[in-house]
Amino acid sequence: MNQTAPTPRLPDEVGVPDPFDYMHPVMVKNFGNWDWHERPRPGVLRHVSKSGEEIFTVRAGTQRQTDVFTIRKLCDIGDKFAEGHVRFTTRANIEFMVSKFEMVDPLIKALEAEGFPVGGTGNSVSTISHTQGWLHCDIPGTDASGVVKSLMDKLHSEFIQEEMPNRVRITTSCCQINCGGQGDIAINVQYTKPPKINHDLVAATCERPTVVARCPVAAIRPAMVNGKPSLEIDEKKCICCGACYPPCPPMQINSEESTKIAIWVGGKHSNARSKPAFHKLVVANLPNNPPRWPEVEEIVLKILYTYKENARDWERLGEWIERIGWPRFFEKTGLAFTKHHLDTWTGSRKTMNMSTHIHF
Amino acid sequence: MTEKPKHPTPSLDQLEEGPWPSFVTGLKRLRDDKDSKNKEMMNDLLGQLEHSYQNKLGYWKGGTVSVFSYGGGVIPRFSEVASDFPASKEFHTLRIQPPAGFHYTTDILRKLCDIWEEHGSGLIAFHGQSGDIMFQGCTTENVQLAFDELNKIGFDMGGAGPALRTSMSCVGHARCEMSCYNEQKAHRETINEFLDEMHRPALPYKFKFKFSGCPNDCVNAIHRADFAVIGTWRDDIKINQEEVKLYVEEVGRKYANDSVINMCPTRALSLNDDNTLEIDNDSCVRCMHCINVMKKALSPGDDKGASILIGGKRSLKVGDLMGTVIKPFIKLETDEDYENLVEFAGECIDFFAENALEHERIGETIDRIGLPAFLEALEIDPDPNMVNHPRTSSYVRTDDFDEESAKYFERKAKEAGLVVAAE
Repeated sequence: MNQTAPTPRLPDEVGVPDPFDYMHPVMVKNFGNWDWHERPRPGVLRHVSKSGEEIFTVRAGTQRQTDVFTIRKLCDIGDKFAEGHVRFTTRANIEFMVSKFEMVDPLIKALEAEGFPVGGTGNSVSTISHTQGWLHCDIPGTDASGVVKSLMDKLHSEFIQEEMPNRVRITTSCCQINCGGQGDIAINVQYTKPPKINHDLVAATCERPTVVARCPVAAIRPAMVNGKPSLEIDEKKCICCGACYPPCPPMQINSEESTKIAIWVGGKHSNARSKPAFHKLVVANLPNNPPRWPEVEEIVLKILYTYKENARDWERLGEWIERIGWPRFFEKTGLAFTKHHLDTWTGSRKTMNMSTHIHF
Repeated sequence: MTEKPKHPTPSLDQLEEGPWPSFVTGLKRLRDDKDSKNKEMMNDLLGQLEHSYQNKLGYWKGGTVSVFSYGGGVIPRFSEVASDFPASKEFHTLRIQPPAGFHYTTDILRKLCDIWEEHGSGLIAFHGQSGDIMFQGCTTENVQLAFDELNKIGFDMGGAGPALRTSMSCVGHARCEMSCYNEQKAHRETINEFLDEMHRPALPYKFKFKFSGCPNDCVNAIHRADFAVIGTWRDDIKINQEEVKLYVEEVGRKYANDSVINMCPTRALSLNDDNTLEIDNDSCVRCMHCINVMKKALSPGDDKGASILIGGKRSLKVGDLMGTVIKPFIKLETDEDYENLVEFAGECIDFFAENALEHERIGETIDRIGLPAFLEALEIDPDPNMVNHPRTSSYVRTDDFDEESAKYFERKAKEAGLVVAAE
């Protein structure tokens, strides 16, 4: 034995990197000492410290799934027109910080010249938060990047101005796990058919008790099919959620007939005014129609502009509906209210109207 | 060697039109740019993605890929249509933890790009929904090489699978006057204490922390985190009455009443005849609305810290859960305060590890056993801030109500600084 495998490198278990190595020096100097801020124009923040120092932030939209060339282009802009420090928001916007107001306009011009929209601040429609989709996920029903690109093309003008009653947060998810999260408007895959099982593959691919345990309505049970150990579904019980698909890929939930898109409204994570809220179903069964999803776009724009025209300043979408009532919401948007809007899951009774407060 | 012909991408091509930056244009540049080092891989990746757009199906499956000494953090992706698109048959993601608050220099971004161009596809997402920098598109062979290079410049693997997950914190103290604690410190000290739980998955299921500096909750902790740390304060809102007057003069009394005073969720605001503001701080629930609107006139108080809400998660399996109040207030000022936070976080992780069922999130565990059992296990006293209202169901055994009441009065007496008879 004179040959040994090279010893692999042990990781340096450093954990979360220290942001002070990368933070703009004005932010380091005034850390924890900020006084107030304003937005001189859409896409620009001016923060003033208790020491009197100021920092200006220019926010721009990105495609989130970025190639190294695009990132380097943003870095070039950051070096030439800003001061070499950037950060990202939770909605994949990039922010350039500069210490002088004179730097703001040239920076905006440089970003816009390269096709990066400047905005996403205050009462605008910020970038749609999204998940991986066909590009990288192992269970996706659709491609969030494509949905986001299609919609943000239409919402570009609402990103670069602040003309909404309050901020609008839109999210997308490629399956019902809902990785995209809660939003004022959420665009989520909603399955409509039970999974189709490839019984030849179940025994070899799936840990059957795990799959049985994963079902929220206990609709899956072990079964022998064609002489092979497999699983079967009680299709009357099945709620078509797709929860069995990740632990058991032979239980294919996606298909032209099954994979549809639903629109939800009124989610909110901020505690401002009303308590945080989950989004609520308004439309289901829209076709999953790449590459531009026109049916989804039509509904989202209809809801968004009805909100824009009717809500009062500072009302989030869900708060506006809370004030005018759901009957008026469905009336004004021209959307249908059906039995599927009546919740049937655990706790559903608490979602019903337990009063004579009726909107006529 | 001749280059393989480019896969036609008629569907994806349509996503290059329009004013918003196009991810397809970026993918194509990785395929076409003369300086690109990943042309073949990205040609086949585009081919597979177009195939998905045509057939409306995904074609990736999972597997097991990791780096030396860690069990998690790599999301393996093997193509199910590798025979048609062989160069992207392995397209794994490395989840890498971002600096707290998502701060970068252009210099470090360039270094990250250089490494990923060399060892991966050149495709990076800033950031995933849990906060990871997602380095997408790596062969099995290159995963270790890429990670070693990233690790050498100070970046570490994030979480995946049944483990502590990557966390995120808002910009907070670095640039926001609403910030009620040092989010970066809380984020780093908490996560870095439990890295073993992240790197070597051994929990019943995922466990997520998120750190927001104020109740505006910009990192969406309440919906998405098992353990949400959301900044708040206990004393009065600070008022600069001169700035209040200027604001009211600027917008008018009607607008100030409609948009600030009447939007207070607990009717705690009143506009005086001289355009100054009166706040009933006892009724205030720190929702942030008036402070958000009158940024120069109002600000959070001085007695700052955070509320801890536990149990937030997305749909699977019992449906969406929001975090609920477990610690109405913890002080976050001294090093010791932050140590207490980390200690409490550790107790919650331990409880989760020992009591949750497989694939159960802590919110589901609490639902299953009931909040009183959870509080007892963690030695937390019940508090009316934990509920919207007391129970409405009579199905409960209350024969030790008197003893529990005595404990409550004892706590209240201690809080008031009184000497308790039993001591």
